[in-house]
Amino acid sequence: MANYGGSIRIDVAQCNGDMACMRVCPTEAIRVRGGKARIIESRCIDCGECMRVCQTHAISPITNSFAELSRFDHTVALVPPVLYGQFGPGVMPERVLAALERAGFDCACDLTMACEAVNGALERYVRNSRGPRPLISCFCPTVLRLIQVRFPELLGMILPIESPKEIMARQIRRAKARRLGVAEEQIGVIHLTPCPAEMLDVIGHPGKEKSDIDGVIAILDIYRTVLSLLPISGKRESGERTPISGVGLNWAILGGQTAFLKRENCLAVEGLRNVIRILNDIEMGRLRDSDYVELHACPHGCVSGCLLVENPYVARARILGILGRLGDQARRSERELAEVCEPGDYLVDRRLSAQSPGPLDSDVGRAIAKIRRFEEIRQSLPNINCGACGAPSCTALADDVVREEAQTSDCVFVALRQLRSEQTRVWDVPPVEKYGGER
Amino acid sequence: MGEGTFSREFEVFGGDFYNAGRVSTEIKEILRQIGIGAATVRRAAIAVYESEMNVVMYARHGKVGLEVTSDLIRLRVKDEGPGIEDIELAMQEGYSTATEEMREMGFGAGMGLPNIQKNSDRFVIRSEVGAGTELEIEVKVDRLATCQKQRGTISDER
Repeated sequence: MANYGGSIRIDVAQCNGDMACMRVCPTEAIRVRGGKARIIESRCIDCGECMRVCQTHAISPITNSFAELSRFDHTVALVPPVLYGQFGPGVMPERVLAALERAGFDCACDLTMACEAVNGALERYVRNSRGPRPLISCFCPTVLRLIQVRFPELLGMILPIESPKEIMARQIRRAKARRLGVAEEQIGVIHLTPCPAEMLDVIGHPGKEKSDIDGVIAILDIYRTVLSLLPISGKRESGERTPISGVGLNWAILGGQTAFLKRENCLAVEGLRNVIRILNDIEMGRLRDSDYVELHACPHGCVSGCLLVENPYVARARILGILGRLGDQARRSERELAEVCEPGDYLVDRRLSAQSPGPLDSDVGRAIAKIRRFEEIRQSLPNINCGACGAPSCTALADDVVREEAQTSDCVFVALRQLRSEQTRVWDVPPVEKYGGER
Repeated sequence: MGEGTFSREFEVFGGDFYNAGRVSTEIKEILRQIGIGAATVRRAAIAVYESEMNVVMYARHGKVGLEVTSDLIRLRVKDEGPGIEDIELAMQEGYSTATEEMREMGFGAGMGLPNIQKNSDRFVIRSEVGAGTELEIEVKVDRLATCQKQRGTISDER
């Protein structure tokens, strides 16, 4: 099992080396060497694109299993708004929460209210802060990784607001421990995640203080159980009735954060390619007129997380359907929202540091010599990005060669050229033209 | 070109708005590979971006030459285009000859040249009306900042 520091692992035994993951990786973080895929930790942003395309299930998220929960006296499942869109039409949040409690969690804790409360804190921060613009949203962990790896200059513009799941984890742990009269450590707070990247918030970005979440379970892993246990009505064994927030429910889909801000100059951006374009624009100072950008690595927002089941278009329609059915019942009062958390507790210092792959050499002079070599190698390669060498592009291979992690002869075209010149030298046989011309 | 210099040339095509910014992204990547500090990389990238945009908006064709040594980033941007009639006027913040359409797209705010000046340590502009414009831009490498670590900052909510 080849582990690395992020949230995704590759099981070498299962890997068939078909390079699908390598080709799809948006940050060129995968190499296939010796027929097995390998993740370069410093380039990976945990987006999960590789998992989506792997045919042999060799790539999986590092999440916890249901069985691991037995070590806690009392378990709480944190339920993100996106989960409600995963079931049939007409399945209301209350029934999903009830099914989770039937499945074995002592309490299923809805996060929509926390999302709305955080949205309020976000609105206050955007209104009052006087720093550089635009402020960048911080709720997609993949986007945070992307900024660390590719846009370190923008780290200071990331909104210093805590995520709803973390705020709720802290609150519910205290509340449950008090009510049940047990130590806070006895309460197991488990987040149900739509994507592997959310695991990063729990195992920690480097420098982040300990998370209040004890574990993460992939929605994909509990889906069948929950589906089979959906009750007819929403009556819950714990007897609790959960107020659902419409504003929070909207967080499952693109634009959920910006809709509430009611400002014309806020943007909501989806999909990694678009996010990269927007971050480039921000870095060039082009979006200073915008107050806030909501960024999602996945298309349509969290509804297309790679650990979900339902088609994202359907899931989005389901969320909107629930919103419509709830109508005014989904409005939450100022008083209710104020109870979620103390105003000061919304702020967080994520201590995100630059995590780029690093220069070619620690000495600038030597790095310049190496980049000259990189340029020479790049020009000697066919530039067709066939991937046969095990790197996703000719440029990536040139980079690997300069970093002494590969050889130019890993390129089939270079190897063929060398073979031919050797043939000519040893046997004086002219190159065979029918194998294709030199590139 | 000395041993310790890296140089490369890039092409920019007039009117190619879709690819506008690509050269600056590529140069940014090169400077990072060399290990230039993030703040310096950003200054150079902004200077390239603004020059690139000027070529895209006004000229037919242009070339961006990059030369990097351990203490200096030198950029030479040469275009074939209409040239600039009054350079002093063009250097003023807010002055622009951009059309209404260009402005609506968020371009041509008259900040391009002033922005290049702001983000460079030496900036020379030469232009011939009807022939083209040539920019020479130098950004000093801040050696202290090389390899520095960034940190997210926290500020008060109110």
